Amino acid sequence: MSFFSTRLAAAAVALFTAAAPVVAQDLELTIIAPAGAGGGWDAAARALQDTMVRTGNAKSVQVQNVPGAGGTVGLAQFVQNARGSDDQMLVGGITMVGAILTNKAPVSLSDVTPIARLTGDPLVVVVPANSPHQTLADLTAAIQSDVANTIWAGGSAGGADHILAALITQAAGADPSKVNYVAYSGGGEALAAMLGGQVTAGISGYGEWQGQIESGDLRALAISYPEPIEGIDAQPLKAQGVDVELVNWRGIFAGPEISDETKQAFSAAIENTVKSPEWQEVLTARGWTDYYAPADEFETFIASENERVGDVLRSIGLAE
Amino acid sequence: MDALIQLFDGFALAIAPMNLAFAAIGVLLGTAVGVLPGIGPALTVALLLPVTFKMDPGGSLIMFAGIYYGGMYGGSTTAILLNTPGEAASVVTALEGNKMARKGRGGPALATAAIGSFVAALIATAGLAFLAPILVKIAVKFGPWDYFGLMLIAFVTVSATFGSSPLRGLTSLAIGLWLGLIGIDQLTGQTRLAFGVPNLFDGIEVTTLAVGLFAIGEALFVASRHFYAPEKPIPISGSIWMTRKDWARSWKPWLRGAGIGFPIGALPAGGAEIPTFLSYTTERKLSKHPEEFGHGAIEGVAGPEAANNASAAGSLVPLLTLGLPTSATAAVMLAGFQQYNIQPGPLLFVQHADLVWALIASLFIANVMLLVLNLPLVGLWVQLLKIPLPWLYGGILVFATMGTIAANPSVVELLVLSAFGALGFIMRRYDYPIAPVVVGLILGPMADSQLRRALQMSLGDPMVLLQHPGSATMIVIATVALIAPFVFRGLARFRAEED
Repeated sequence: MSFFSTRLAAAAVALFTAAAPVVAQDLELTIIAPAGAGGGWDAAARALQDTMVRTGNAKSVQVQNVPGAGGTVGLAQFVQNARGSDDQMLVGGITMVGAILTNKAPVSLSDVTPIARLTGDPLVVVVPANSPHQTLADLTAAIQSDVANTIWAGGSAGGADHILAALITQAAGADPSKVNYVAYSGGGEALAAMLGGQVTAGISGYGEWQGQIESGDLRALAISYPEPIEGIDAQPLKAQGVDVELVNWRGIFAGPEISDETKQAFSAAIENTVKSPEWQEVLTARGWTDYYAPADEFETFIASENERVGDVLRSIGLAE
Repeated sequence: MDALIQLFDGFALAIAPMNLAFAAIGVLLGTAVGVLPGIGPALTVALLLPVTFKMDPGGSLIMFAGIYYGGMYGGSTTAILLNTPGEAASVVTALEGNKMARKGRGGPALATAAIGSFVAALIATAGLAFLAPILVKIAVKFGPWDYFGLMLIAFVTVSATFGSSPLRGLTSLAIGLWLGLIGIDQLTGQTRLAFGVPNLFDGIEVTTLAVGLFAIGEALFVASRHFYAPEKPIPISGSIWMTRKDWARSWKPWLRGAGIGFPIGALPAGGAEIPTFLSYTTERKLSKHPEEFGHGAIEGVAGPEAANNASAAGSLVPLLTLGLPTSATAAVMLAGFQQYNIQPGPLLFVQHADLVWALIASLFIANVMLLVLNLPLVGLWVQLLKIPLPWLYGGILVFATMGTIAANPSVVELLVLSAFGALGFIMRRYDYPIAPVVVGLILGPMADSQLRRALQMSLGDPMVLLQHPGSATMIVIATVALIAPFVFRGLARFRAEED
């Protein structure tokens, strides 16, 4: 699509959503990625940057990395600097919900203004190819007979992977505080432990281990999504009798106390961006799953996630 | 030789004029960001990702590879000339390299670093092309117990090597280990020694520590002496090129460095720093001129620089064959692959063979380009040292501070940097070695989590460390290395008494 036709299309979209009083195309934004270069939030912020500008939903977008403490350093800084701001947004997700609780952060997601939920990726439960566990039922039986000897590998302590391991342990009828979870700095290092056969089972984002699952080096037992996903053979935990669901969602936030006009302009710009064919291309290329929800729905969702994640973290002794 | 034919096909693709141009751009950018402390290759590739989205996958991946290799080269330049390592893997280079530069031998130091990097990267890239599938099978078998054994060897050899006395070396190492404890513990998610400062939750950044201790500490130290005995700019003594003797003393360390760097780099949790430490201690042990170490021994530059670049090629083994990024730059490159819907992993060599071999071929090309680019620059770089010292060190202060701020824009980071600068000054003033602090910060947290992972998997049974042959062997080596010097000294005394 040429530059002009992109602008025309964007203008047409803007006409349909004429309710937005601030013209979206004039937005000059800074998106804070509360993590270092290379992580999921950084990737989301940069994908958004690229797509917003290409679809004409913003005039210019800058991405700034503020790494630290599961995103809580970036969040704290954002709450301070972006109060009432009409040109700053922040990327966040489920890991931040957990990090706020475990780090006892002085700020929380109720201090910022939710704009939209963007993506939600399934987590996958895998075992090494030579594992005796053929099905999810085998794994839950192993958990029931010996929790401590069922060793899990996954991302950082208190993150989405850890939470899922605890939820599955609980659903299998064992004590979640006994879960033997070995934390790695990310899906990559945990993958090495899986392939080396040093652990019983592993949890990571489906996309991260897709290659190994397809090549047969890892056996996928279940995904954490509530419904089956096209193109993924592994079935949801729920469909296999383990009543657990967990989605690794990412969303975007604006600063505290922003004006209604700014909130509407941001919401319109994000909505138009995620409904564009360009964003669909990005989702396919990155292996992300669309999980869009507008501001109000997102706000209710965060409240319920906060409660659920808090319960799990307390049960495994990571939060008080 | 199936691989050889495919490699030639790769070369055919890589020498297309556009791809050559991308490799050249990558190499130039990489060298530039390698020179700047703080702005590493990871950030550069991340910044370029959206720009390259619409480009041809081959071209942009070739450019990223150029940046990666270039960054590894560039880091050594400032380490040698200004005692300011651009990244953690260049810390060891600064030790001997800067001493050489101070003696007016900056030219040979830069040359041995450049040629050593070239030789090592050549060997390691060949290793990547032909050994990757075998190596990766061994690498994933490395359990946490084995990593802990490797760390033990590194600790023992390093603490015995640096500094004028073992006690001073151990004191410095202890400071580093203590700094390494700061932040969120990876295994339990609990915060240690951060005193509620959120910026400390992720621990101390290695580059901040290295830049603070080396660059800022050095600048303060030079300034403190300037009143009494103003230092003159360092004259260049002798040829700026390597003499016959320099070559004779360099080639073995290059090969050994490559031999240490490549396999450790290929380990999923190996990294680029450990091989540089191990190479340095190896060279010091094997050198015919051990007395020169600490005063500018060329082996101490040649070995670690070779190890550093070989490990960069090594870290592409798990990236390409497992889709497993082992460094920040590799992680961003993985994102680069994914944006073209290419999933690195076991199927990559099958599904995108042409791309992989073009990438490997362009690594060879980038390597030659770097040598062509860097050798003529040596003459230019050494001119830097002719700048009057107040100007030079003023520049270093600005440079170091800006680099740190660029990587992490926060007031706390700046305060931490200044504190390390002051610490570096005090340690210099009282003759404590600086490198073990950095070693402690890097190795401490790794050894900590690997040991605890091993114990978690064995349900708390420490025997797990001796049950696995790999870790048992390494623990024995470490123990012998620790005890042997005392035993030999004791025996020598015993014999002396008998006589």
